[in-house]
Amino acid sequence: MNYQAVKSIYVSEMMRAIRTITQSLISPVLSTSLYFVVFGTAIGSRMDAIDGVEYGLFIVPGLIMLSVLAQSISNASFGIYFPKFIGSIYEIHTAPISAIEILIGYVGAAASKSMFIGIVTLITANLFVPLHIEHPIAMFSFLILTCVGFSLFGFIIGLWAKNFEQLSLIPLLVITPLVFLGGSFYSISMLPPFWQNVSFFNPVVYLVSGFRWSFFGVGDMPISTSLIAIAIFIGICAAIITWTFRTGYKIKE
Amino acid sequence: MLKISNLTKSYDNGFTALKNIDLEVESGEIFALLGPNGAGKTTLISIICGMVNPTSGSVKVGGYDILSDYRKARSLIGLVPQEITLEPFLTVVNSLKFSRGLFGKKPDLKLMEDILKKLSLWDKRNDKTVTLSGGMKRRLLIAKALYHEPRILFLDEPTAGVDVELRKDMWDLVAQLKADGVTIILTTHYIEEAEAIADRVGIIRDGELLMVENKATLVERLGKRQLTVQLVDPLKKLPDYLQALDLVLEAKTGDLIYTYEADGKRTGIANLFSTLSDNGIIIRDVQTSQSSLEDIMIDMLGDKI
Ligand SMILES: Nc1ncnc2c1ncn2[C@@H]1O[C@H](COP(=O)(O)OP(=O)(O)OP(=O)(O)O)[C@@H](O)[C@H]1O
Ligand SMILES: [Mg+2]
Repeated sequence: MNYQAVKSIYVSEMMRAIRTITQSLISPVLSTSLYFVVFGTAIGSRMDAIDGVEYGLFIVPGLIMLSVLAQSISNASFGIYFPKFIGSIYEIHTAPISAIEILIGYVGAAASKSMFIGIVTLITANLFVPLHIEHPIAMFSFLILTCVGFSLFGFIIGLWAKNFEQLSLIPLLVITPLVFLGGSFYSISMLPPFWQNVSFFNPVVYLVSGFRWSFFGVGDMPISTSLIAIAIFIGICAAIITWTFRTGYKIKE
Repeated sequence: MLKISNLTKSYDNGFTALKNIDLEVESGEIFALLGPNGAGKTTLISIICGMVNPTSGSVKVGGYDILSDYRKARSLIGLVPQEITLEPFLTVVNSLKFSRGLFGKKPDLKLMEDILKKLSLWDKRNDKTVTLSGGMKRRLLIAKALYHEPRILFLDEPTAGVDVELRKDMWDLVAQLKADGVTIILTTHYIEEAEAIADRVGIIRDGELLMVENKATLVERLGKRQLTVQLVDPLKKLPDYLQALDLVLEAKTGDLIYTYEADGKRTGIANLFSTLSDNGIIIRDVQTSQSSLEDIMIDMLGDKI
């Protein structure tokens, strides 16, 4: 294992993050605040409590997930796409490093960055509604798993993207519906039966449910189901990446 | 140090960029790969360095296969790419650290200072790469390749877009590296460049390595010049007094063509002119030409091309 190389990639990616720290923080803090004003206060005050949880509180886990998902995907996809785009990827290709080391460096950095933003979102939320977290360890574990899972997913997009349009379009087309239909703002049980069934194919549903359970002790489904679902999601992403690297497809001529 | 056997590369679009390349380069040698645009120089280097997958054939660097033993093979290699491809917002120092780190090595500040000073980048060490001039960027690419202490260095058109001064510096640097025992492989369009620094020259065109020659042999051929003498009254036939001078009479134009060694002590030109004037032949115009790479290739390869 070439640890020094992993560290090099990780550090240089984190330096990029630090350079753009203000812009990477403004967006999640601003959007979380807006969501709270609109959904938490304006609409939330007219909503009944869901599963015994006040609406303003109910949306917190979903909001954090939302910003963590978006950040993981954009960080990881950009992180690998950018050197491909400007050509500096040649350094990665010609260095004595394996695919797994490249992956740990880039995905690790992307996941760390979105983890940080998740925590900032959590703190922002806490300013609007005082939070009590029922299972803090589970909460952090879910956060980490989500950051890693969706950074892997973003990495795949970055590997496959041929241009900037694809880089921004895929997250928009795939992630936005997944997130909005993922139960961030409502409980799955509030949907008609058909849409409930559809929701079970949405990995975000499992994440939000598990994450909500770690906050309030209640979720749409048992915590074990959520864990299995995210494990499967990470497994699929890892398999796609392994296959991509094995065949050299999308990376080398 | 480098052994390429029967290497072929077809790109995804079906284009065959390299055809059955065989080449060996000894340790400590400077090898120049000479060829026109699109000959396959960059493709060949890209395969050796790991950026492009070969279609068939094998490449060994320092005895290690570039695919099955890629870690060991690549540890020996430094690459300076043809295109300028730098992460714009890193500083010079951080950019160097990144490169060395990828090769599994901890920063070596002494070495970094040495390299940066040698390449006149020391004053710019804390500047972002985006603020460097084109020539500085090229030097930074070289610094990055040297900082992980390669044993074999690939320079893909190191002097393209570089001023005369820097070109000379670059050649000096290559000589220094050679003295340190580094094997160097460079590509170029210019025979003069190959002539100035290489020990051996390979000529590549349309994906085929047409020939590999010692520089001396090549230079000898390059040294030939031709003098064309146009006469006011063109000759129909070479008179006897000119037969001895190794002249050729161009049948169509009636010009006299004289071939000589450019660096020979006696070119025989003075003798030619005085013989002509002694015999009352009036010269209208003269012109000299040097054999081009193309001429040499045709000359050396005969009907192989
Ligand atoms: N990714 C690619 N897909 C298809 N064809 C390619 C690709 N890259 C290069 N080629 C083709 O392969 C041939 C050799 O290209 P290469 O870049 O190796 O030439 P070169 O000798 O380095 O030329 P130059 O002197 O212009 O740098 C060219 O005809 C080029 O069009
Ligand atoms: Mg080239």
